Amino acid sequence: MTRTWIVPVVAALALFALPAVLTPYTQDLVVKIAIYAVFALSLELLVGVTGLVSLGHAAFLGIGAYVTVLAAGDSGGSVATVAPLAVLAAAGYALFVGALSLRTKGVYFIMVTLAFAQMAYFVFHDTKLAGGSDGLFLYAKPALGALNLDDKRHLYYTVIVTLVATYALLALLMRARFGHALAGIRVNEQRMRAAGFATFGYKLAAFVIAGAIAGLAGFLLAIKDGAVNPELLSWHESGAVLLMLILGGIGSLRGAVIGAIAFTLLKELFQLESLLGPVASHWQMTLGFTIIAFVALLPKGLIGVRSRFSGAAHG
Amino acid sequence: MDLPTFLVQCLNAVQYGLLLFLVASGLTLIFGIMGVINLAHGSFYMIGAYMAFVLAPYFGDWYLTKLLVGVALAAVFGFVLEWAFFSFLYQREHLQQVLMTYALILVFEEARSLLVGNDVHGVTTPEWLNGGFQLGGLMAYPWYRVFASLACVVVALGLYFVVNRTRLGMMIRAGASNRDMARGLGLNIKLLYRVVFAGGVALAALAGMIAAPLSSVYPGMGGSVLITCFVVVVIGGIGSITGALIASLLVGFVDTFGKVFFAEYSGVGVYLLMAVILVWRPEGLMKRAY
Amino acid sequence: MRLNLAPLAAAALVVTAFGAQAQATGPIKVGFMLPYTGTYASLGQMIESGFKLYVQEQGGKLGGREIQYFKVDDESEPSKGTDNVNKLIKRDQVDVLVGTVHSGVALAMAKAAKESNTLLIIPNAGADAITGPMCGANIVRSSFSNWQPAYAMGKVAADKGHKKAITITWNYAAGSESVKGFAEAFEKGGGKVVKELNLPFPGVEFQALLTEIAAQKPDAVYAFFAGGGAVKFVKDYAAAGLNKSIPLYGPGFLTDGTLEAQGPAAQGMFTTLHYADNLDTARNNAFRKSFALTYKSQADVYAVQGYDAAQILAAGVNAVKGDLSKRDAVTAAMHKVVVDSPRGKFTISAAGNPVQDIYLRQATGNNNEFRGVAVKALADPARGCKL
Repeated sequence: MTRTWIVPVVAALALFALPAVLTPYTQDLVVKIAIYAVFALSLELLVGVTGLVSLGHAAFLGIGAYVTVLAAGDSGGSVATVAPLAVLAAAGYALFVGALSLRTKGVYFIMVTLAFAQMAYFVFHDTKLAGGSDGLFLYAKPALGALNLDDKRHLYYTVIVTLVATYALLALLMRARFGHALAGIRVNEQRMRAAGFATFGYKLAAFVIAGAIAGLAGFLLAIKDGAVNPELLSWHESGAVLLMLILGGIGSLRGAVIGAIAFTLLKELFQLESLLGPVASHWQMTLGFTIIAFVALLPKGLIGVRSRFSGAAHG
Repeated sequence: MDLPTFLVQCLNAVQYGLLLFLVASGLTLIFGIMGVINLAHGSFYMIGAYMAFVLAPYFGDWYLTKLLVGVALAAVFGFVLEWAFFSFLYQREHLQQVLMTYALILVFEEARSLLVGNDVHGVTTPEWLNGGFQLGGLMAYPWYRVFASLACVVVALGLYFVVNRTRLGMMIRAGASNRDMARGLGLNIKLLYRVVFAGGVALAALAGMIAAPLSSVYPGMGGSVLITCFVVVVIGGIGSITGALIASLLVGFVDTFGKVFFAEYSGVGVYLLMAVILVWRPEGLMKRAY
Repeated sequence: MRLNLAPLAAAALVVTAFGAQAQATGPIKVGFMLPYTGTYASLGQMIESGFKLYVQEQGGKLGGREIQYFKVDDESEPSKGTDNVNKLIKRDQVDVLVGTVHSGVALAMAKAAKESNTLLIIPNAGADAITGPMCGANIVRSSFSNWQPAYAMGKVAADKGHKKAITITWNYAAGSESVKGFAEAFEKGGGKVVKELNLPFPGVEFQALLTEIAAQKPDAVYAFFAGGGAVKFVKDYAAAGLNKSIPLYGPGFLTDGTLEAQGPAAQGMFTTLHYADNLDTARNNAFRKSFALTYKSQADVYAVQGYDAAQILAAGVNAVKGDLSKRDAVTAAMHKVVVDSPRGKFTISAAGNPVQDIYLRQATGNNNEFRGVAVKALADPARGCKL
């Protein structure tokens, strides 16, 4: 059992040491990847552990981001108030959406989560609540004592710490009774209900937790970019995070992180004119074909590549 | 709001709803019969619209001919696409279907970019449908919009006729209620699926062709239609064409009158409608009732 | 894990290797961030053509240095704005940013330019905030602020005796600022804007809103749309028969570059803009001839703005003989310049916006023809700018 901890710990240590060797552009890139890894991990709880395919998860990312900007206001505010607000707002919407959509199953559930994400999208895109289709800018970043998120180094370490903490939290959840119950629901919900579990409550709890973590990722994203935009809630964003999961491999936390890395790097790669020439401007097609190839040939994702060779099961 | 304005807005709502029905009926058929969630359905709508643009110079005022040719091309395209791609999706789990069809959207959008470019294009209405008729002293209602609504009604009736009064329709309904039993009774399910899929694609493409002069032709036009269609299918019930019709009209009214009374929140209105229906009937208004 | 990390590490290395290419002296790096796809694609092309025409006329050099161009397609997407501009600033390390069309994207560019202290010349986007609360010495505009042509139109409409107006536009920064500018002048002149209609960008389903306009029966309608949306709106307005009873006004974008597509629907429409196609001055005639010879197409206001952006940059670069490290002298020169533009001479305000004449034009045939000066030397109030 101790072997499974070695790799994540080594990776975390490496991440802490990286700033010494990175250029500003690549440091930005690592921060972006880490934030998306947190986002992907939150969805992993829903899709991989509980078996709930949500096509509207970006709504919680976006709400967390928007609330961050709105709560920070002109002076930036304190991390101790802004971050919890962002997380609570996302969790609140997750409670609303979950309560309504968990009444449906399968294909309906997918469509309904998508539709609710669209609803949130339209609230930010059409109304005067926020900046409309242009989005909002974050003029001053929240601080907490000595922690100054305007400083790139501080932001970097904050994001890495959040990633490590999220990973650890989810790993613990999965090993606890709660996680086992969710896994049971994924495999056979009727049996779990027969065994006396209040499955609706468990599913809703998972949905809200996933939404809350996504909101936290949104908070970090707003601070990193200094700008938020309704497109953060679009279904393209929801599709992208699902893609990350399938790229990395559904069913493991590592898969979520690997998927986030792979997806972001692939996008950067496909858009590099210096490498791909004219094909670079049509990177969406390249991405599309890659996805199809992946789903068709490597349904278990990158994690599955190893087990294909070693034949070992992975948890 | 006085009566003439109210009536005109009702006309607007019905016209929008009927076009939506055309696209949604294809989606609900594919869902209901084959159980495949297809995110690329909006792309078929876009393909239809772009076809209208591309074919326009060749057909001029022969508008109905252009529509028929477009529908035929779309059906063939759908037939081939089902054989080459979608037939492999039936056995897969929903998540994989979602991702594969999402990837398909990306491919279609880029293909469109390569073939036709990224500009916004207008499509002109044919000469014999130009102009409009005066509605009291209010405004002129364009003939083309009347044509669009009528065309949708004709297709809707045709669909009803095919599904309820022909052998093909019987097979469709059989395949929908119990796939294995139908196969056991000798139905060529593979061919049936291919035909239904081609039909769904043709319906969406036809809607796109009809809508092209009204909404212009632009990149990403498939996306917004797709999600509204999902809402329609959820409200109406998967697999139910009647449900799709009722839901489309409901959405048309909520959207049109929403734009007038709650300008900012009109986009949200449709989803609130869906939320309300879900609380009341989680499976949609008319699940599987033809 | 080793199997999986290797390709990822390789990918990361490739990205960084091909990315950074720093240069000390040599050519001036100009980064275009413009829409090369989408509804504003033709505008982006025109701007780039105009810019390059001026450089070509100077023999390909400004301040004795060659120009090296970098391009990023911003797709008129504000959500990707920050990412895109960082590609030019951080990855390509350009000396000057030139862009963009969409105001929302331009706001992201201005913010990034301020944070990294990069020179930014804006050849179109009229967001009032850029020469307002977000103004900076390193940011200059060669075009207009959304307020300017709109204010002029409001004055014209009020002077014509209209009392009741309805405005309609897309729900984004450019649209709302334009409508505000119109309302300010219109209401100062004794009129009243009774309703403000809008729809999400870049939607073109106007039917419900046109019905509402018909029901309200105003004296005039002011519309802000551009590109494909402008074409559709003017045509739909005429199709509903509204152009016969309620005159339609707008800033020049409603009819610039779109007259051929709009056809008879747009004929006779009055618009205001800082340019008119048939401005009969020596400068404009020479410019249009040169443009037509080089690019085999007719110049429009966007080409002029791109051309003038190059002129402003040239003024700054020439003042320091190519040494861009003397930043204060560069920006001072860019603000003091009197630009000899095809639209007429104009100066730059302290906030970085052109102070220029706004012309009244009327759509005749395929041209927006000059009909007179609506407002002379109109300066944007630059509310909120601390320069």
